[in-house]
Amino acid sequence: MSAIGVATNRVEGRAKVTGAARYTGDIVAEGLVHGFIVGSTIASGRVLDIDFSRAREAGGVLRVFTHLDMPRLRSLASPPAGDTHLPMQDDRVLYEGQPVAVVVSETFEQAREAARLVEVTYDRSDFLTDFAGNLSRAEHRPLYGMPPDTQHGDPDTFMQRGDVVVGATYATADRHHVPMEPSVTMAMWHGERLILRDAVQGVMLTRNTVAQALGIEPSQVEVQCEFVGGAFGCTGFIWSHQLLAAALSREIGRPLRLTLTRAQTFTAHGYQPASVQTVRLAATQDGALLATRHDSLLAGSVAGGHVEPVGWGTRSVYACDNAAVTHRVVRLNKGNPTPMRSPIEGIGMVATEIAMDELAFELGMNPLELRLRNYTDTDLAHNRPFSLKRLRECYSEGARLFGWPQTLPPPATLQDGRELVGYGMATAIFQTFRSEASARVTALQSGRIRVETGTQEIGGGTYTVLAQVAAEVLDVPVANVDVVIGDTRLPEGPISAGSRVTLSAGSAVQAAARNLLTRFGEVGRPNGESLAAALQRLNLDELSADGRWQPEQESRFSLYSFGAVYAEVGVDKDLAIPRVRRVVGVYDAGKIINPKAARGQMTGGIIWGIGQALLEKSEMDHTLGRFLSKNLAGYLVPVNADVPDIEVQFIDGFDAEAGPLGARGIGELGGIGIGAAIANAVFHASGRRVRSLPILPEHFLGQT
Amino acid sequence: MGPFAIARSSSLDDALEATAQPGAMLIAGGTEVLNWLKEGIVAPSLLVDINAVPGLADVQADASGLRIGALARMSDVAAHELVQRDYPAISQALLKSASPQIRNMASMGGNLLQRTRCAYFRADTPLPCNKRVGGTGCSARLGEDRAAAIFGWTDHCIATHPSDVAVAFAGLDASVELLSAQGVRTVALDGFHLVPDRAHASETVLQPGEMIRAIHVPASAAARNSCYLKVRERASYEFALVSVATAFENDAGTIRGARLAMGGVAHKPWRLRAAEAALEGTSIADDAALRRAIEQSFAEARLGRHNRFKVELGIRAAVRAVQIAGGRA
Repeated sequence: MSAIGVATNRVEGRAKVTGAARYTGDIVAEGLVHGFIVGSTIASGRVLDIDFSRAREAGGVLRVFTHLDMPRLRSLASPPAGDTHLPMQDDRVLYEGQPVAVVVSETFEQAREAARLVEVTYDRSDFLTDFAGNLSRAEHRPLYGMPPDTQHGDPDTFMQRGDVVVGATYATADRHHVPMEPSVTMAMWHGERLILRDAVQGVMLTRNTVAQALGIEPSQVEVQCEFVGGAFGCTGFIWSHQLLAAALSREIGRPLRLTLTRAQTFTAHGYQPASVQTVRLAATQDGALLATRHDSLLAGSVAGGHVEPVGWGTRSVYACDNAAVTHRVVRLNKGNPTPMRSPIEGIGMVATEIAMDELAFELGMNPLELRLRNYTDTDLAHNRPFSLKRLRECYSEGARLFGWPQTLPPPATLQDGRELVGYGMATAIFQTFRSEASARVTALQSGRIRVETGTQEIGGGTYTVLAQVAAEVLDVPVANVDVVIGDTRLPEGPISAGSRVTLSAGSAVQAAARNLLTRFGEVGRPNGESLAAALQRLNLDELSADGRWQPEQESRFSLYSFGAVYAEVGVDKDLAIPRVRRVVGVYDAGKIINPKAARGQMTGGIIWGIGQALLEKSEMDHTLGRFLSKNLAGYLVPVNADVPDIEVQFIDGFDAEAGPLGARGIGELGGIGIGAAIANAVFHASGRRVRSLPILPEHFLGQT
Repeated sequence: MGPFAIARSSSLDDALEATAQPGAMLIAGGTEVLNWLKEGIVAPSLLVDINAVPGLADVQADASGLRIGALARMSDVAAHELVQRDYPAISQALLKSASPQIRNMASMGGNLLQRTRCAYFRADTPLPCNKRVGGTGCSARLGEDRAAAIFGWTDHCIATHPSDVAVAFAGLDASVELLSAQGVRTVALDGFHLVPDRAHASETVLQPGEMIRAIHVPASAAARNSCYLKVRERASYEFALVSVATAFENDAGTIRGARLAMGGVAHKPWRLRAAEAALEGTSIADDAALRRAIEQSFAEARLGRHNRFKVELGIRAAVRAVQIAGGRA
């Protein structure tokens, strides 16, 4: 019975749409109390005094915690902590919204209302929040412990030798994850044992990090997470509200739930940092790239060390023997940025792929032809072959589906009624992240199969994909498989970040299922006998096997997922509002386990990219030192009316180098390429090259 | 939000009496009042729910005009056959507002009483904002002013009014019927909202103890030939960068009796009186003349640091709206 590669409905879909699915905020414990964070209203300084006498008197209030009585935490590195500045450990304030007190009440509304009554007196210091105005303060700092500058070949020499050289500076905005579900953490102590119900991207990482902060053993902590209402990176690392819930529940002696408001989500768990990226490309007259430079300035934080490695993809995407990539960070009085869909290439390829479009027009070459001219099966930055790379088929199939012209009409010449119409395309690449994973698969006499691994479902379809993998190996219907995830008591599973779960946890489940068949062989099950029948005959309630998968330390291959994205955009010739008219995305991510969920995920990524290109921008007020609009009325994401026909196809393959499932990651890939494809289509439609996302009407009306 | 009482009124007299109590506030659809409660912008001790008051939700049209009860839902008015036929700008403005769910709840009276969407005013925590806490100043004045007004603002406040349908009403010479224990009075929609002024905190001429009972729109050939154009970055569920309501008689290609009102440019729906006068007798086919006429009203625009684009966008939008109403869409 084939399960892998079959379009399969989400096994948890019905529970989600009927409201039966229990999210963290739905779970109530006996004696539950509610904590509410009081955030700093200043961006830098010290807390001089916190007067909570009025709050303490308010109805239902049990206690108000400040840095004076907050338990001390052990220091954490970032990652795994989101900020290195841990909550309420001293009187220092490094950014607006930073927790300075927590009100604990019998109900959430009481806590929230009492929080308004807490009066904090500050000693204010000068602060910096303006990234664009302080680029000269950019610092050389490591990215994830790695050097910020890398180079291969001799880009400076070859930059001089180009027949054509283009160079320009591109900007992307601060963007927030704004998942539907604001983060919720419920902490309960049973003696020396802590149970956390938490909406997170990594139960195991949360367990280990919270234990470290509290100075207890990971074995004393259980983290459970059945569903997550969207995350997109904001709950990949561990943030203040989780540490506060864990520590204060112990102090108060009752289960404590800490729920973030929508406004608090804008300062509580990171954001995608703004960037200013300069890309220079030198090419021969026939379009061969001679040299590439990608120099990036990133917004960063004094409360942590995040530097977004936006240039990494640029080194590897094309056949260019000489490339240099640098990253510098401007540390500001804002919370630490963090990965957000789509990180790394999702930001950097905006610059690189608009620059490629500029080069194509400079050369008088079809932008698709320029990409093909620089196609490479070798990752020249790392001097090793790509594993399975079928980007060429992505380009051609995408061009066919889209109707990409052999010769592009000149910019600003296509019109449909009052709209100027244009076409744009871009390449998508995303490196493949892999993690060690373990799983257990159990066959029960009832005929059901139980799959257990300590990963979690954040909306991408993990419950379903893991069921498919087990069903394929064990030759049972997917409907017979129960997937149990989101619990630290399970075998170690991976974090749901960087598009790694299907590949990593799926490989472990596959191994466990195969081991289970071996065990059945050992106990004397003949071929052809069902697992349930064998258990009945042997009088066994169940039979289990564990499986583990560990990627090799250093692959001989460069592992990337790829795509080609084509967009048609209309720009009203007077009103200067760009609208996406249609999108085609064709992707190569090895084996696609569940084409239905995968298509959904890529469609969502493309919509995410429409937001990046045309809408999403978190404005700051630099007098107050805060993100200005901390809500979904002020932070625009696309609605259905912004979303045109989107066609998604996969070039199905099997990447044996990536892992035994042949699959690579897709979750981040959908949000890559689309931003540049739209920007390029806007240029082709209007003749106006906008180098700053999101593209706004003022870019066309003489004011930026 | 803090605790509050709810009283359900079943008659106008009840409602007026309850509203006169200190700390009381009317609630109809609740789509806006709940926002204020949650952000701590208001803290009433009593909410007076008027949804059960009979007769307040009627929509009546006859040869002389249209009367819309204050409790009529936005979606019902938008879908009303005679509104669509004789006052298309009203229906169009409503359908471009909010979301279907909100339109099903939100009342027409409440729509006019929306307060600004200025991010400083709507902040999760009180920021310096004269509209939020009197006398604290205007953060937007020297801050992020992209959304700010270009007409009629003062240093006291530079925010805009968010209603779409109020712009259509202003363009159609509507009036608002106000009821209090003292009786009924009628004010022109154009005079209902106030531009910001240090001397008063109010955003409308509505007095304490007074409520909107109905909105009147006079019938006219111009109203039948009206349209509403809304310009926004997001295609739906978003407030206007700028919007235009226009109404005029199309006299064989010549504009007669033009009325133009704009949204997104002032603290109230903003009539472009100079442009209206200049458009009189202009040929709908003459794009350059349309633009010249409309530019007349933008001479008085006063710009901030990030909202200069609203002038060009506003002029173009107004030209487009006239072209659409003139059958040149």
